[in-house]
Amino acid sequence: MKVSVAVNGAARTDEVEPRLLLVHYLRDVVGLTGTNIGCDTSSCGACTVHVDGESVKSCTMLAVQADGAEITTIEGLASGGELHPMQEAFRQHHGLQCGYCTPGMVMAATSLLAENPSPTEAEVREGLEGNLCRCTGYHNIVKAVLAAAGAGR
Amino acid sequence: MTATQAAPGGVLGQRLLRKEDPALLTGEAQFVADLNVPGALHAVIVRSPVAHARILSVDVSPAMSVPGVVAAFTGKDLEGEWAGPLPCAWPVTPDMKSPAHLPLATDKVCYAGDGVAVVLATSEYAARDGGDAVAVEYDPLPAVVDLDDARSDRVVIHDELGTNTSYVWELTPDQAAVDAAFADAAHTVHGHYVQQRLIPSAIEPRGVLVIPQPFNGEYTLYSATQIPHILKVMLALTVGVPETAIRVIAPAVGGGFGSKLNVYAEEALALALARKMRRPIRWIETRSEATQATIQGRGQIQDIELAADAEGRITAVRVKLLADMGAYLQLVTPGVPLLGAFLYSGVYDVPVYSFSCTSVFTNMTPTDAYRGAGRPEATYAIERVIEDLARAVGVDSAEIRRRNFIKAEQFPYSSAAGLVYDSGAYEQALDRALELSGMDGLRAEQARRRESGDRVQLGIGISSYMEMCGLAPSRVLASLNYTAGGWEAATVRLLPTGKVQVVTGTSPHGQGHETSWSMIVADRLGVGPEDVEVLHSDTAIAPYGLDTYGSRSLSVGGVAVAIATDRVIAKAKAIAAHQLEIAEEDLEFRDGAFTAKGTPERSMPLGAVAFEAFTAHNLPDGLEPNLEASSHFDPPNFTFPFGTHVCVVEVDTETGLVSLRSYTAVDDCGVQVNPLIVEGQVHGGITQGVAQALFEEAVYDEDGNPKTTTLMDYLVPAASELPSYVTDSTVTPSPTNLLGVKGIGEAGTIGSAPAVINAICDALAPLGIHDMAMPATPERVWRSISEARGEEAKGS
Amino acid sequence: MIPASFDYVRASTADEAVQRLSEAGEDAKLLAGGHSLLPLMRLRMATPSLLVDIGGMRDLSYVKDGGDSLAIGALTRHGELARNELARREAPLLAHVAGQVGDPQVRHRGTIGGSIAHGDPASDLPAACLALGASFVTASPRGEQTRSADEFFTGFLETALAPDEMLVEIRVPKSAGATWSFQKFNRRAQDWAIVGVALARNGSTRIGLVNMGATPLRATAAEDALAGGASPAEASSRAGDGLAPPSDLSASAEYRRHLARVLVRRALEEAVAG
Repeated sequence: MKVSVAVNGAARTDEVEPRLLLVHYLRDVVGLTGTNIGCDTSSCGACTVHVDGESVKSCTMLAVQADGAEITTIEGLASGGELHPMQEAFRQHHGLQCGYCTPGMVMAATSLLAENPSPTEAEVREGLEGNLCRCTGYHNIVKAVLAAAGAGR
Repeated sequence: MTATQAAPGGVLGQRLLRKEDPALLTGEAQFVADLNVPGALHAVIVRSPVAHARILSVDVSPAMSVPGVVAAFTGKDLEGEWAGPLPCAWPVTPDMKSPAHLPLATDKVCYAGDGVAVVLATSEYAARDGGDAVAVEYDPLPAVVDLDDARSDRVVIHDELGTNTSYVWELTPDQAAVDAAFADAAHTVHGHYVQQRLIPSAIEPRGVLVIPQPFNGEYTLYSATQIPHILKVMLALTVGVPETAIRVIAPAVGGGFGSKLNVYAEEALALALARKMRRPIRWIETRSEATQATIQGRGQIQDIELAADAEGRITAVRVKLLADMGAYLQLVTPGVPLLGAFLYSGVYDVPVYSFSCTSVFTNMTPTDAYRGAGRPEATYAIERVIEDLARAVGVDSAEIRRRNFIKAEQFPYSSAAGLVYDSGAYEQALDRALELSGMDGLRAEQARRRESGDRVQLGIGISSYMEMCGLAPSRVLASLNYTAGGWEAATVRLLPTGKVQVVTGTSPHGQGHETSWSMIVADRLGVGPEDVEVLHSDTAIAPYGLDTYGSRSLSVGGVAVAIATDRVIAKAKAIAAHQLEIAEEDLEFRDGAFTAKGTPERSMPLGAVAFEAFTAHNLPDGLEPNLEASSHFDPPNFTFPFGTHVCVVEVDTETGLVSLRSYTAVDDCGVQVNPLIVEGQVHGGITQGVAQALFEEAVYDEDGNPKTTTLMDYLVPAASELPSYVTDSTVTPSPTNLLGVKGIGEAGTIGSAPAVINAICDALAPLGIHDMAMPATPERVWRSISEARGEEAKGS
Repeated sequence: MIPASFDYVRASTADEAVQRLSEAGEDAKLLAGGHSLLPLMRLRMATPSLLVDIGGMRDLSYVKDGGDSLAIGALTRHGELARNELARREAPLLAHVAGQVGDPQVRHRGTIGGSIAHGDPASDLPAACLALGASFVTASPRGEQTRSADEFFTGFLETALAPDEMLVEIRVPKSAGATWSFQKFNRRAQDWAIVGVALARNGSTRIGLVNMGATPLRATAAEDALAGGASPAEASSRAGDGLAPPSDLSASAEYRRHLARVLVRRALEEAVAG
């Protein structure tokens, strides 16, 4: 099955097995391994990417379903050698430790702010309900997202 | 406070941003699943779906007809590959019983998840299809899941052992004194607690990639492990590859929490199969596999008794433990209860002490170290039962603790269990935590809610903890029968351009060692942290090391780095003195330069000394070129961090739902290298303890079937379930190492679970509820409330 | 985990989709957002031989004013529905519930049609549709058909949909003047409700329950009691009557019945107050 997508702005077409999950397409076919896999039940959010600008768990989507879509992965966030403001906020506030959940967390957080540019702490916590982190206790992640929101105001 | 970039010198204590972050934030960091090499075969393990059974047959031939499958092997096919069983490094007693544990089972499976066959294919998808095609016939046997049932030997899991009891370990320095204390006690209290099994759930599952060089017989093994060094030695022994032919690399590792402190079947299999197939072998764990094939934590049943005088001063502690080893002994499985064995007297001045542990096999996933390993369990028991003592004596939670605290002036303190606590100021941490949590206002609100019969009741729980970490003095490990030492190695090199290279034997997986070790070195050398490179987690680069676990890295490995740095300075001083034509004793080293005392214009910066050492054009006679020094630091003692946590919960008395309203933690880990990192460790640690108290349990049915095999069923909490925390610290340096540091990786987890349960019990105390099993699920809390109110649960 | 192999076709119209389904027989499944089906397929608890991808039919993603009712295209995503102004005004319960499904990522992909057609008793939207007296418009080779929510959910993960039938539109009576409440009880926000209550009060009161039986269902005993003039407390005490909720890892049947009573009472209190 053919799938045509734009990944981080670059258009490409690949022949894939229908059952190929989007996350495996991104990691194994496109070669972008920044998107991680942490579970097999859409629970952890480590594989979160943007499909047409919205956060999606790429383990719960077939690559063929993404046909025609614009996909942004963690590799597409920083530009011109500068971290994206959300990445920078995570760094400034120590919002990551082992870093495995981080790409998905950052993608979920940027999508959250796109929909709600000035969230309260409670809204940030609710907005990240689909992403699990085992290291940080979320304290500094929440701080980072609030800071990024404040910076964007 | 916000983080700042540090200036050179005086670096310790700054909130320096982490060096590790840019690669992790951008997806550049390489985890093991990100590594692949041409020609690699992907391995899938076929696992037993039943807990206990004889294997009647394993037919891998259907897998061979799946496109892409290259080979498939049963446990029997690979029996000849093993030079030894999977290792258990901690035979805690001379007569400890340990079953032979091969990477794939051959005749019998002993837990659901036990591997029986392996399929190798050219892609992960093909390997999974192949794994599904393997046909295995089992003859089910009765399963042992209850610890008392295990002890009864009704069903013996390992026939060759003749019993399910692995060992009995006792620590009773003076039995007569314990008996006398209980006989004479004005108050005795008894707590019976179940430490449910926990699934560590690092967000990165495990994985391994072995790249062979078949013709020269060498192997490079990448693993998501906390322990590349230990792994190398143990794999050499298990697979029969010379240690010199194995290089182990831990790439970016996505959290461990003890679960990657092990030598796993899949690591041995990947190495053996790379040898057999002469091709790279890659295995990546799925989450559902991880819930069965990765070790689990806790799994203990505790009985703790306190004897106390009329004022509530504890006169004796007596503990009996029944510990669940699971189906086999993994690397340090039997030692986990021992890591808590000395700590059941907690932060209290207890004159006599008795502990015994019986450890049994069950038909469940092996247990092993999980964040805190033994110490959260011990802390939970004492911090829960002391609440009963407070009630018996008629004083509040803070007062009972104050009456029993070891006082600041008693340090170093020799405990009845035989430890020497390095330093502490327990009451100060309690005072600060009470102040920060706003205790007076909380008690007033609690009283109002009680009076008005609010359906949401407020509860306040205190937990004062201490722990022993910084594993470990090698001689102490010897006395506990551990088969390795507890030292750590470091090498520090000045490079020709004045940059610094540090090699450490620790193996970070989220802790920020690159940042902290850079700070230690920068602080001593007067260079910028950005000028320091930290190499780690590769046995070819760091040949000596004992890796990262047990909150040991800073207080053992970090101290080794500091010592090696000082040795470099000493050598540099000799060179500088020679170059400046001045006696060494007339030179001082300050701000990164050697300067003549009283003649500041006679000075030589460290970078210049490094270049002289490198060119070796003009060195003192007899002095070798280059500035490099190593340390193999064996700590003289454990370190003993401590603190007090105050948890405030709201309990919906209609539904039983418990919500955390606030959480205040005051921790003391001695001198802090980087408070930003310390706080992060505390936040994460608290959360794992809260998760044990409220959310998580590895559930098995009576046949040993695991019921929590996904993250849908095993409830790792998200941001939406938790509040922000209030944290603060006191600083009581450890006198046993030159940095004054203690560990902080596990402290949060050790302190937090009892604070949460104490808070729930406090909320429900007017109903006469004084205990709550973990996890305190809404249903469990509701049932307790219903029973306490004498209500038959309606509608059944 | 990875799904077993299957064939895959894309359909661009409902007619084309049901044609594909009728050719393929019972082993074929429609794929919309995939957030009900793909998780089952990854665990190999579902192994369809053919997936007919209808996700590209963006013309079935809409919220329209249909006079007395609101017409919602089956491929409307939860997030779109939650944010839709018309839905928030005319069917605020439904819009609110759509915003409570799963987590944001799920809401960006999952569709209302997929959720209804899956017929999962643990899903939030079917209960809301029951409370609102919604009806479902379907297409099949036999033409268009409309069924009420009450006759739609027939068994565990079973609906009145024939194997070659596709849900195309959800019609919800406008309920701008009604009061409502949605009570979702779970331990983690991202999880399925242990028990959920969707309640709409517009003259009469209709109560949809989540996870209280084999299908999405209504608390008829409590509704009848209310209709007979019972107080919220009395009526809610009957919320679990006649129901056989599941016992599973997250709750016993007994506790679920208790929760249903508490949550129905809270929903009534909120709706009355609202």
